[in-house]
Amino acid sequence: MDISRFNSRRFLVTGLIVLVLLALLATLPFYGSAYSVILLTSIFMYIVITVSWTIFSGPTRYISLASAAFFGVGVYTAAILGKVLPLGVVIIIGALLSFILALFIGVITLRLRGMYFIIFTFGISELIKNAILFYETHFSLTVGRWVPRVDQTTVYYIMLAIFVALMLTTYFIRHTKWGLALQSIGQSEEAAAHRGINVTWVKVITFAISAVFMGAAGAIMATKWAYVDPRIAFNPLLSFLPVLMAIFGGMSQIYGPVIGAAIFTYLQEILVTKFAYYYMLLFGIILIVAILYMPNGLVGLIQKRRKRGPPEQQAST
Amino acid sequence: MLVTALDILIAGLIQGGIYALIAVGLNLQYGVARVLNVSHGEFIMLAAFITYSLYSLFGISPLVSLLICGPLMLLIGFLIHRTLFQRLRDTSESIDIFEGNSLLASFGLLFIIQNIALLIWTANIRGYSYLTSPVNLSGAIFPENRLVALLFAVVISLGFYFFLMRTRLGKAIRAAAQEPTTAGLSGVNIKQVLAICFGLGALMAGFAGALISMTREITPLIGLNYTIIAMIVVVLGGLGSITGSLISGFILGLIGSIVTYIDAGLALIAYYVIFIVLLLVKPTGILGK
Repeated sequence: MDISRFNSRRFLVTGLIVLVLLALLATLPFYGSAYSVILLTSIFMYIVITVSWTIFSGPTRYISLASAAFFGVGVYTAAILGKVLPLGVVIIIGALLSFILALFIGVITLRLRGMYFIIFTFGISELIKNAILFYETHFSLTVGRWVPRVDQTTVYYIMLAIFVALMLTTYFIRHTKWGLALQSIGQSEEAAAHRGINVTWVKVITFAISAVFMGAAGAIMATKWAYVDPRIAFNPLLSFLPVLMAIFGGMSQIYGPVIGAAIFTYLQEILVTKFAYYYMLLFGIILIVAILYMPNGLVGLIQKRRKRGPPEQQAST
Repeated sequence: MLVTALDILIAGLIQGGIYALIAVGLNLQYGVARVLNVSHGEFIMLAAFITYSLYSLFGISPLVSLLICGPLMLLIGFLIHRTLFQRLRDTSESIDIFEGNSLLASFGLLFIIQNIALLIWTANIRGYSYLTSPVNLSGAIFPENRLVALLFAVVISLGFYFFLMRTRLGKAIRAAAQEPTTAGLSGVNIKQVLAICFGLGALMAGFAGALISMTREITPLIGLNYTIIAMIVVVLGGLGSITGSLISGFILGLIGSIVTYIDAGLALIAYYVIFIVLLLVKPTGILGK
C-alpha cells in the first residue's frame, strides 16, 4: 500500500525476479517435460481460482462458496459452444457469463451478511449443478458432454495468460483507492458508507471481476479434460479448496494465495492418485491446524521470521 | 387416489421425522454455540456406520445401537468443542470472525471424518435388513422399520423439546442462546454449556444416523446431503428456533415426498429453490423474529 515501494530498490529487485520467473514459465514447453506442462497447468488453475477468490473475499471477509458455480459456468460454456466457436471467443464468453452470474448473485445477496451469504453462495452453486444434472438426464439423455480437445501446450499458455492478467488486476486493485475501499468495507461496512464509498457498487463489481477469471479458467480446463459432467464442473471442492489455499498461504500479501495454491496442488498431484483418502484426510488436518495456529498463513510465518517491525495490517478472516 | 395421497403423506412424515431430528441438532450448534457445523452430516454418517457394523458383526439391534451411538457422539462433540471450537472462540476477535473460522474448521472436520470412514468402510454401498415386514396402513404399505424410525424420531424430538423447556440445563442453554454474556454473569458456566450444546447437536446426529441406517443404504459420502438438508430446514424454521426446526422438518419432508412423487430427480432442486427464495424473501424463517 505504501507509495515509497514504487521507487525503492526492493521494488526493482522484485520486478526483476517476476520478469525472470515469467520468462522461465513462458518457455517451459521448450525445455520442460510434457508432464511438467500438465502439472503447471493444474497448479495455475488452482492459483487462478484461489487468487480470484481472494480479490473479493480477502479484504471484505465475505466468504464466498460460489467459486464452483463460476468455474462450472465456464466449463459448460466450452462444452456447449466449443464445437461452433473459436477457442478465444469461447473463453471470453465463459468469462462474461460468469461475470453476469456474479453480478446477479451480488445484487440479490446485498441484504445477506455473514453466515447467510456463505450458505447462499454454496446453495446457488449446488442449485445450478442439480438443475443442469436434471436437464441433462431428462432432456439431453446423457449426463456428460464431450468438449473438443485442445493440445496441452495451448492450454498451458492460455492458463498462463489468464494468470498474468489476474495478477495484474489484483495488483492494480490492491494499489488503488478501490483496494482501500474494499479493505474499509471489510473493517466496517457502515463506516465505509459514511466515508462516501458506494459500498454496494464496490462489492458487487469486485465480486463480478473475481468471477471473470474463474469462468475463463473453467472454459479452458474443459478443453483439457475433453469430457465433463455437472459433478466435475460444479464440484463443491472447487469452492472449498480456494478458501483453504488462501488461508494456508495467507492473504495479507499478494503472493500468499499463490504459494498456498501451488503447494496444495502439488501435494494433490502427487498424493491423490495413490492415496486419495489420505490426501483428503491430510487436507482436513492442515485446514484445522492452519486456522488454529496460523491465522495469517505462511505469509504470517515468513513475516514473523523476518521480524520487520510490527506485523502488517491483516486482511484475512 | 386416496391411497396415493396417504402414501405421500406418510412417506413425507417419515422423511420429515429424520429431517426434524437433524435440523434440531444443527440449530443447537449454530443457534447457541455459533458453529455452522458443516460436518454435522458426517456425525450422522458415522453413527449410521457404527450401527451397521454392530448389527452385521455382532447382531446388535439398531435400536440398542441408538443408545450407544447417541451418547458416543455426544461425547465426541463435547470434546471437539472443548478442544477446537472453544480455542477458536478465545482467539477470534469478534463473533463474526469466530463464525467464519469455525465454519472453516468444521470443513476440516468434514474431510477428516469422511476420509477416516472411507478408509475403514470403503466407498461401497452398505445396508442391512431389519424389521422389513410390510405394514398396511389402510391401503398405504410401508416396511416396519420406517414406521419405527418415525416413532423414535418423534419421541426423541419431543423428549428433547421438554428437556430444553423444563430442565435447569435446558434453561441455561436457552439463556446462553439469547445473551451469552449475561447468562455467564448470572452464573451459567458458559464454556460448559456451549460444549454441551455442540455435544447435544452431535447426539441428535447420532440418533438420526442410527435410524437412517435402518431404513436406507449408506455410504461414507451421504453426510453432506444431510448437512445441506438440515441447513435448509434450520433456515426455514428460523435460526435459533427449536420449534421452528421441528415443524419445518416435517414441512420439508412433505414437500420432498410430493415432489418425489412427481419426479424423483426434482426433490433436491426443489429444496434448493425453497432455500434460496427463503433466504432472499425472509431469511429469518417462518418462526424467526
